[in-house]
Amino acid sequence: MELELKGITKRFGSLLANHQIDLTVAPGQVHALLGENGAGKSTLMNVLYGLLQPDEGEILINGQAVSFASPRDAIAAGIGMVHQHFMLVPVFTVAENVTLGIEETGLAERDGAPSYLRFLAGALKLAGVLDRRRTRRDVRELSRRYGLDIDPDVMVENLPVGIQQRVEIVKALVRNAKVLILDEPTAVLTPAETEDLFRIIRQLKDGGTSIVFISHKLREVQAIADTITVLRRGAVAGDKPPTATEDELAAMMVGRNVQLRVSKTEAKPGPAVLDVDGLTVADETGRVWVNEMSFQVRAGEILGVAGVQGNGQTELCEALMGLRPTIAGTVSLNGRDLTRATPAQRLRAGVSYVPEDRQEDGLIGAFSVADNMVLDQYKQPPFASGIRLNLDAIAANAATRVKEFDVRTTSAQTPVGTLSGGNQQKVILARELGHEHKVLIASQPTRGLDVGSIEFVHRRIVEQRDRGVAVLIVSAELDEIYALADRIAVMYEGRITGFRPPTVPAEELGRLMAGGTEEAPGPGPEAATTEAAPEAGIPGASQ
Amino acid sequence: MSAHEPAADPPPAASPAGTATTAPKPEEPGERRSFGQLLRQSVTEGNSFTVTVLAIFAALVVGGLINAFTNTTVLHAWSNLFSDPGHAFGQAWDTATGAYVALFEGSVFNPHTVAALFQQASISAAVHDGYLSAVFGPLSETCVQATPLILAGLAVALPYQAGLFNIGGQGQFIGGAIVATFLGYAVSLPPVIHVIVCVLGGFVGGAAIGWIPGELKARTGAHEVIVTIMLNYIMAYFLSYLLAYHYLMQAPGTVNPITRAIAGNAHLPQLFGSHLRINAGFLLALACALAVWWLLSRTTVGFEFRAIGKNPNASRVAGINVERNWVLVMLIAGGLAGLAGAAVIQGTDFTLNDQSFGTYGIDAITVALLGLGRPLGVVLAGLLFGALHAGAPLMQAATSTPVDMVEVLQAVVVLMVAAPPLVRAIFRLRGGGGSLLVLAKGWNG
Repeated sequence: MELELKGITKRFGSLLANHQIDLTVAPGQVHALLGENGAGKSTLMNVLYGLLQPDEGEILINGQAVSFASPRDAIAAGIGMVHQHFMLVPVFTVAENVTLGIEETGLAERDGAPSYLRFLAGALKLAGVLDRRRTRRDVRELSRRYGLDIDPDVMVENLPVGIQQRVEIVKALVRNAKVLILDEPTAVLTPAETEDLFRIIRQLKDGGTSIVFISHKLREVQAIADTITVLRRGAVAGDKPPTATEDELAAMMVGRNVQLRVSKTEAKPGPAVLDVDGLTVADETGRVWVNEMSFQVRAGEILGVAGVQGNGQTELCEALMGLRPTIAGTVSLNGRDLTRATPAQRLRAGVSYVPEDRQEDGLIGAFSVADNMVLDQYKQPPFASGIRLNLDAIAANAATRVKEFDVRTTSAQTPVGTLSGGNQQKVILARELGHEHKVLIASQPTRGLDVGSIEFVHRRIVEQRDRGVAVLIVSAELDEIYALADRIAVMYEGRITGFRPPTVPAEELGRLMAGGTEEAPGPGPEAATTEAAPEAGIPGASQ
Repeated sequence: MSAHEPAADPPPAASPAGTATTAPKPEEPGERRSFGQLLRQSVTEGNSFTVTVLAIFAALVVGGLINAFTNTTVLHAWSNLFSDPGHAFGQAWDTATGAYVALFEGSVFNPHTVAALFQQASISAAVHDGYLSAVFGPLSETCVQATPLILAGLAVALPYQAGLFNIGGQGQFIGGAIVATFLGYAVSLPPVIHVIVCVLGGFVGGAAIGWIPGELKARTGAHEVIVTIMLNYIMAYFLSYLLAYHYLMQAPGTVNPITRAIAGNAHLPQLFGSHLRINAGFLLALACALAVWWLLSRTTVGFEFRAIGKNPNASRVAGINVERNWVLVMLIAGGLAGLAGAAVIQGTDFTLNDQSFGTYGIDAITVALLGLGRPLGVVLAGLLFGALHAGAPLMQAATSTPVDMVEVLQAVVVLMVAAPPLVRAIFRLRGGGGSLLVLAKGWNG
């Protein structure tokens, strides 16, 4: 099936989200839609999926103009969509989720069944009894054909994110999707899960399904796409073959040349500032997330903690900030013990923190940009005297910081929740780098950000290092670790499986991320120089 | 992971480059629109203020209809609809409006009192005989009725800003009233000091009751709604217990559940002479509203309250002690409800009985809801409901419309305010859209 979008224009009030967009998706192709956050990718796909009505332009299927009043029409025309945030019912099984909305009632008809059975089936159908067997069979069949490895009887809430995504894909396939839209499908996946997804996409492609792959990650697009269309500010910036270089794509996406890998000089590490010794952290249920971890971060160096998500990185950061109780071990800053300190005390002692989930933990969406910029400093002068807030000082601070960090906002009084991800992260950085600090802890500092913003954030972090701040970066993106770290610590199941210099090959890091241990474990920079350990250790990382 | 890309995310804000040529034009912050345009936009798009005003209007219409079609005279007129249609409609209109006119005369201004005033021989005679007071009587009564509603409404609105739902206005009111009454009759103090001591006592009594749910939530996570509701019962029965024994608080020589009258020194001073019931309690309520506004918008304490109300997680990360703030905000809220108790005892009732708490605790929730959880809104909503309460008796006397009509009006207003889409649908307002965006959110979003 050939799909064609012609001159699609969509406005939201005075804002032009899509402007005269033309797009042709050939049958059996992976067509990547590349663009920064807010470039109009999701709007375009929502138009295609019938969630939004275009103000101008038309959608053609096999040359025939169609119009979708709702997703129901789009689905009937053979278009399927996997949203960035899944639309699954967590307490239903896979099969139940797949049938939701297209429930088949009655029993599946079998040839040669006696008439009384057929009568029974008809009665059940009328009574609205669900035909579970049929969907389970369909799910199994699709799972086998595309190597999805899904059990139809498992409760969705018990599945890892990567498998939930496959359930979404099956949902679309069961509805006979010929064009499958994947909206930022890798945003929630681990590197291994991404590989699996790519394998599935290739299999779907071979089966004749067209894929629209929406992303802002250059490397992924290069790896999977047959054609790349770049969107910038709501309009098509151009088409590229997958052989185009990253720099070409990035420049087209952002509209100027960007530096993908921030340039930095050799680190000049000073004395250890942050000293973590035997830190052990558990959650409310008693599960141990961080297990006797020891490391030091020195002034003027960036320690990058690599690892697959969910190996205790979140808990490590929270424990370092005093948000989670420590069971054993100590945390000290310049020799001062902070193990039992409250978050406020740690902040005052000179720890700056960029949390992993900026909307949940980093910002108060309903508060203005100005208020968010003093969120952990509002009690200190000049922002307050006694209990009185000094609104002028808060506004003045916001004005300087907005300019200094190039935050794109209509005003400092705008609620921060309405800003784009990159600008939200800039607000957090402006705040955290604005107060006196000796240590910067940044967890997934560029997750979900576009190329331009990543460049900005990375530059600022390296700048901090050069000023003598001890920087701890936790990231699941190996690219980010390589770009920033002066020393890499790999975390697996709450332990550090090894320290390595940034010149270490990715395969070696991958082995450590999967739990491979060293022959002579010795934390510290010295261990990083020892030669690669044999292939011992626990095989098989998480899914 | 709610960092998804909303469909209406403004592209210009997201792109770091400032060179794009096809960029849609963002709304310039410098572009000024006239006040008229803003007003028209705010009305048609149905912001919360517009919705509230329209909700009140809609409630008046609904109340009028109910009133007209439950009246026997009107129903009789309708039975002769075809022989005399004008009479039927006229009767319905007269009944509905008559009730509202009486309500207005009882709560704001009654022209008859002005006529009576001008029939007096001299100004001094008019003042002396209370004719002048009669003119302002309705307004005075409205303020008196509004006083506890505003104070108790603030006790709901303040924790609401901090993300807590205080249903315990009644229990806190009783706590304040008990302490204020006890200090009022049991101790003997000089004039001004006695008033202050009793008012402060009322604050402390309410704060103590408010502190309990706050502390329990902070320590054990017990939900404040459950605890405050239960405390309402506990306090109501505790009051009955206190009023059942002479050695506790029951007045000597009576079998009724009532205390002795508080000392004259403990009375809140009347503002405009003895003919008008309006007293310093009303000023206290206004001062408290101002104080709550100042606290919320101008202090670090209020900053923390609002922060934990909007996003407790981010607040915790920013070093705010969320639990301590829960305790503090419930403490202050309890104190405000306690002041409502003190204002009723010291301003108008002077004794405490087992029904003194009335329905203030529950009305406070509707006042806070109608006031959109903001101090100024609470004052306006308190005055509106105060006016309804003040005018009800005259409405019943003059038009034999039951006072319960006031409850109907309150209920419809709150129903409408709680369901803005309903008001938007009735008045065909735009705005409040985004239903499509909701579709783009998943359960793990």
